[in-house]
Amino acid sequence: MTDELVPDRAAAPPAAPPEPSSEQRASSWLRRVSSGEVLTTVLAFVLALVIGGILIAAVDKKVTAAAGYFFARPGDLLGAAWHSVSGAYAALFRGAVLDYQATTVLKAIRPLTETITTSTPLIIASLAVAVAFRAGLFNIGAQGQVIMGAVVSGYVGFTFHLPPVVAVLVALVVGVLAGAVWGGIAGVLKARTGAHEVIVTIMLNYVASFLLAWLLTTSAFRVHGSQEPKSQTVLTNAQLPLLFGSQYRATWGFVLALVAAAFVWWLMSRSRLGFQFRAVGANPYASRTAGISVARMTAYVMLASGALAGLAGAVQLLGTSKYLTDGIAGTIGFDAITVALLGRSKPGGIVAAGLLYGGLSAGGRFMEVVTGTPIDIVLVLQALVVLFIAAPGLVRTIFRLPAPSADVEGALA
Amino acid sequence: MKNVIRAAALTGAIALALAACGSAPTTGGSTSSAAASGAANSSFKGCIVSDSGGFNDKSFNESGFQGLKDAAGKLGIQTASAESKTDDAYTPNIQNMLSQNCNIIVTVGFKLSTATGDAAKANTKTKFALVDAQPTDAQGKALTLDNVKPLEFDTAQAAYLAGYLAAGMSKTGKVGTYGGLKIPTVTVFMDGFADGIAKYNQVKGKNVQLIGWDKAKQDGLFDGGNSPFDPGSGKANADSLVAAGADILLPVAGGAALDALTAAKATPGTLVIWVDSDGALINPDSSSIILTSVMKLIGAAVGSAVTDAAGNKFDATPYVGTLKNNGVGIAPYHDLDSKVPSDLKSEVDQLKADIISGKITVQSANAPKAS
Repeated sequence: MTDELVPDRAAAPPAAPPEPSSEQRASSWLRRVSSGEVLTTVLAFVLALVIGGILIAAVDKKVTAAAGYFFARPGDLLGAAWHSVSGAYAALFRGAVLDYQATTVLKAIRPLTETITTSTPLIIASLAVAVAFRAGLFNIGAQGQVIMGAVVSGYVGFTFHLPPVVAVLVALVVGVLAGAVWGGIAGVLKARTGAHEVIVTIMLNYVASFLLAWLLTTSAFRVHGSQEPKSQTVLTNAQLPLLFGSQYRATWGFVLALVAAAFVWWLMSRSRLGFQFRAVGANPYASRTAGISVARMTAYVMLASGALAGLAGAVQLLGTSKYLTDGIAGTIGFDAITVALLGRSKPGGIVAAGLLYGGLSAGGRFMEVVTGTPIDIVLVLQALVVLFIAAPGLVRTIFRLPAPSADVEGALA
Repeated sequence: MKNVIRAAALTGAIALALAACGSAPTTGGSTSSAAASGAANSSFKGCIVSDSGGFNDKSFNESGFQGLKDAAGKLGIQTASAESKTDDAYTPNIQNMLSQNCNIIVTVGFKLSTATGDAAKANTKTKFALVDAQPTDAQGKALTLDNVKPLEFDTAQAAYLAGYLAAGMSKTGKVGTYGGLKIPTVTVFMDGFADGIAKYNQVKGKNVQLIGWDKAKQDGLFDGGNSPFDPGSGKANADSLVAAGADILLPVAGGAALDALTAAKATPGTLVIWVDSDGALINPDSSSIILTSVMKLIGAAVGSAVTDAAGNKFDATPYVGTLKNNGVGIAPYHDLDSKVPSDLKSEVDQLKADIISGKITVQSANAPKAS
């Protein structure tokens, strides 16, 4: 936020020892979050489930009825609460992993494929956010980059008749490029002028969503003769093939997500460029002294981050949605920030966190249908998990865990 | 580890007890299955999937859900509901309903038309009722399916009456309208409204103007953007209409219609015509500035579709709500009843009779075709 402390291309001579800027504080906070332990993550989830259980019981009509005569017959209340909470969580599990009450095996495993479908774009977009996090940048603009990826890959997908395989590859590549451009704008602006990436990316989200709304009024996008603001459907050749056959919605996009995770691991942990990204994230001043161009890295990071987010949008459109609506990106870009935090900005963690998050979404929908528990409870669960993960000290205090040593916290993530 | 478990269990138990004690039995009725928990004496299951506006949208999702609940209360059938938070939830929500063996699935809004079409083709035994749209295939072409009943509304007829009324009530000679999105289910109101005003001008030799919609060009004032039907997104449009001198507003914008109420309160003398449901009843604090409402009786249509299906009398003939079948209409004047001249009231009543008898036809390219 403070202009003068933003690393600049025309580097001022390192005269005054830099005070801890908001950027540094932010990145050290990020590092602390990302170097936390798996245990606190699991415990945060358990805590969220406990609080969610209380809420589920509290909104259940039978439970509240029983609470009215609690002192007369306390057993009723506890029984009703247990029934309500266990029923809701069982439904959550049945909707996210395995529907053990289904009549056939094929139907029983559908929830798992739904979880995979829901988490696919989320995992890829979270990787985008994580790459930026690790380099000390907040990419709040994944939403806009997802939209741009979806818009451009969709346009190519429904406009150009290309042979199989080629069509889907071309559509994916243009989606990635569109996301990279959208993220790159913020990166280049930051590198050249010091414009804060948080503000620029947030504003670009609005630009992207209004652009999409406008495009959906044009004849190039709309279904011929239709008045409704949705686009034509992507041609079959440009659609991502289904992963487990036509019974399920899961597509090869999930494999792409895993490949992207592996790529990000290689990029951040094994490549020279990734080392420079992390170095800039850890300490831009030291990096500059070591001969790394902070400005150039900033631009590269946002390009890479935007490219991944663009891939997320392309995969969502070519795999699942198949046509554009004003809500094509849903909340993917914002949930991605949460998932990246939850996964501690590590590719493996993100895949796990993305699956968990996707599972909560898919299971939550099922829970609402089966037990009538409002789906908002799931949103509260998701929010609570993040809250507890962002405050590991709170979790440690509740469970009386020892604080981790300072070395771990300071280590380069 | 023992400590941890004990602490967790204790915290959980205490909190659970406290929460259950503290929450008085007044928790609202937003959860579904009112009938399922009560006297479910039928194995018939009526289900509903909202669009991304959610069931508390003060618009078609809410009315549709209410229609299902009312029908369930009368018939004693089971219900299930799924609120879609995002556009990508439509298909899985309908799938979940199918896996729960719903007999009829009510889907709300054109956003679900493709998801409904796909699901109906694959599950021919399940009945569907689609509010405000016709089922479409993946290419966006309308489908006629034996198990899908489209529930559509020719709101232009009722909006025509409101337009005539507004023109008669306007003191500035200017009335305004804005919409959430430029889609047929919104612009059909505006078309009828424009024609009603034109009728008034023709009969009375006046020149009352409509700002915000040009019927000939089919263009006007819309919120657009990320969440066009959300409160707040209509503020700029409402303010600009008032600033342009309009003293009666017709917001066709879901929750963003609340912005018209805010703007009208800020400039005394400005009145609002609500849409979809009776605005004076759902916004009691604003009943003094709501002239009337152009109502779409979605709840009744949903209720009768569900009732028919439960009684094995389902038919897929598209339903089109009109003034004649009471599927659309204008609400009572409520608080403003004494302000509306009785001549004007009787003229409006006469127009209504003329539309029902077919003496006047309200033309709109955006009206549902199947009437």
